[in-house]
Amino acid sequence: MVSKVLTANRLSDGISVWLDAAGNWVEQLQDAFIARHAEAVTALEATGKQAFEDNKVVDVNVVDVEEVNGTLRPLRMRERIRAEGPSIPYAAGYNGLSGPKHAA
Amino acid sequence: MYRYDEFDHAFVSSRVEQFRDQVERRLSGELAEDAFKPLRLMNGVYLQLHAYMLRVAIPYGTLSSRQMRMLAHIARKYDRGYGHFTTRQNIQYNWPRLSDTPDILQELAGVEMHALQTSGNCIRNVTADHFAGAAADEVADPRPYAEILRQWSSVHPEFSFLPRKFKIAVTGAERDRAAIQVHDIGLHLKKDENGRIGFAVYVGGGQGRTPMIAKKIRDFLPEEDLLSYTTAIMRVYNLHGRRDNKYKARIKILVHETGAEELSRQVEVEFAALKDTELKLPEADIQAISTYFAPPALENRAEGWESLARWKKTDSDFARWVQQNVQPHKHPDYGMVTISLKPIGGIPGDASDAQMDAVADIAEEYAFDEIRVSHEQNLILPHVALADVEPVYRALVVAGLATANAGLITDIIACPGLDYCALANARSIPVAQEISTRFGAPERQAEIGELKIKISGCINACGHHHVGHIGLLGVEKKGAELYQITLGGSGDENTSIGEIIGRGFEPEKVTDAVETIVDTYLGLRRDRQETFLEAYRRVGPQPFKDALYGSAQEAA
Repeated sequence: MVSKVLTANRLSDGISVWLDAAGNWVEQLQDAFIARHAEAVTALEATGKQAFEDNKVVDVNVVDVEEVNGTLRPLRMRERIRAEGPSIPYAAGYNGLSGPKHAA
Repeated sequence: MYRYDEFDHAFVSSRVEQFRDQVERRLSGELAEDAFKPLRLMNGVYLQLHAYMLRVAIPYGTLSSRQMRMLAHIARKYDRGYGHFTTRQNIQYNWPRLSDTPDILQELAGVEMHALQTSGNCIRNVTADHFAGAAADEVADPRPYAEILRQWSSVHPEFSFLPRKFKIAVTGAERDRAAIQVHDIGLHLKKDENGRIGFAVYVGGGQGRTPMIAKKIRDFLPEEDLLSYTTAIMRVYNLHGRRDNKYKARIKILVHETGAEELSRQVEVEFAALKDTELKLPEADIQAISTYFAPPALENRAEGWESLARWKKTDSDFARWVQQNVQPHKHPDYGMVTISLKPIGGIPGDASDAQMDAVADIAEEYAFDEIRVSHEQNLILPHVALADVEPVYRALVVAGLATANAGLITDIIACPGLDYCALANARSIPVAQEISTRFGAPERQAEIGELKIKISGCINACGHHHVGHIGLLGVEKKGAELYQITLGGSGDENTSIGEIIGRGFEPEKVTDAVETIVDTYLGLRRDRQETFLEAYRRVGPQPFKDALYGSAQEAA
């Protein structure tokens, strides 16, 4: 089965977040909890639905990822860009995908 | 410029307070997302890939220095130090917090700005020629009419829930710089044989997944009938527009399915009933609004001719910039200056807070406090004395805003694409950057001449690719980006929709493909005067297909 993670945007500021193993919404994909079987995916979906209903996050989605040398990589480019930020240096001090993610 | 009256101030302020309450209730959990989403969209707040996005309206692209400074302030205080000027003459901020948006809107209201009707199925920001009020070829300034339409359409109860969004553009010159034929309604200001002011009315143009060129349904509509006739069009659309299918809901589909003749007949029936109602514009009202747009008192500054010539002789970079970015003004001692937001290898349309402040300062000192945003994602100083062009240039150089490329191959329109946009399928900005870098040498750009490249990251066509001389559309194919190329599009008075040239190109090959197209053009043009578009219209797609795919190979 393709590994999956749960992602959303935080309600208050819209920043992309991922669910970690402790049930927190974190800003780094690499800290996300990875669902590797169907039951875990079902649990992720339920958690996402609840977090949406609790008005913590919006635009909740389960997305496919692969693990490459211990690093999580979303299969879709859209999700890679969501995780890593715009692929271009867009503002002073930001270096695009190769640089550190800009502080929220 | 138009100044808010008491009603405008009270209205915008009350909307800010209403939205503040809505945001507070959303954050407290009292309002669910499904209920809140349409409310935030009515106030210009979208959710994109990385964050919320706030789209601020710049009516007909006209700004004062004070307003530009506020845009800079918002970029600095609430965002990440920059903003993105759009093809709708608006500005977008890419990183605002939802919790900050009421404060942002309150600050905007302080300088008579807002984000109303920058989203939703309503009449959006009315756009106009960015050279309005200054262009030598202008019949009349289109902005008073755009302002009348703005006032009339703001929270118009009948037209707040249309089948789909609705865009109106107005031009005041034969040379169409507002792309009116790819708008839902396009208005071309003109005079009739008796010297009366009125409009040629176009309807049903648009881009997106079904590009259509608007049909002219009125050759001359007297100015006093502007609102009654527009209302008549809106009523026909509101009644018959397809609400069953989002992709067929724009008026262009209605015009296409009904036929322009029948649609025009229906509009005339409505118009007959509305013509002599309160919608008829009194001459006094037109005059009152026009007063706000009176041109600045331009003194004769004939000394500028000599000094400009002298500076051009001593500085070739300056001479090149003047050649490309300064256009003749209706007053012979003045020019219209295009401030390019397309630095070589940069992000089309982006400006930092410091750059916005610099433009505000320059406009205040040298340009009668007026700034425009063009739909080509540049800024304009519409009134600059030739005698002041050199100091304006020096100040722009310091601000990193003196790229001499207006109308050239590196003056690329690009939507935010997959780097920001939740709807996009492919990136636009890096493609624009690579093309810009490839063709960035001034001599090479000059050799190529006028060539408009426009890039969209999805079929919604915010990057206007359908009307690019060379259009690039990013799609997702098997999980990867692919760029489809169209040729021969144009968004001017001779509007045409570009033709797909063949199979698409991978990101690493698309700049080479553009270069092949450009080299093919250079090889077949009759002389330097024949532009890319003229050459394409003369020879058609085949030489370009042959160059891209090989003459024997069928372009799939």
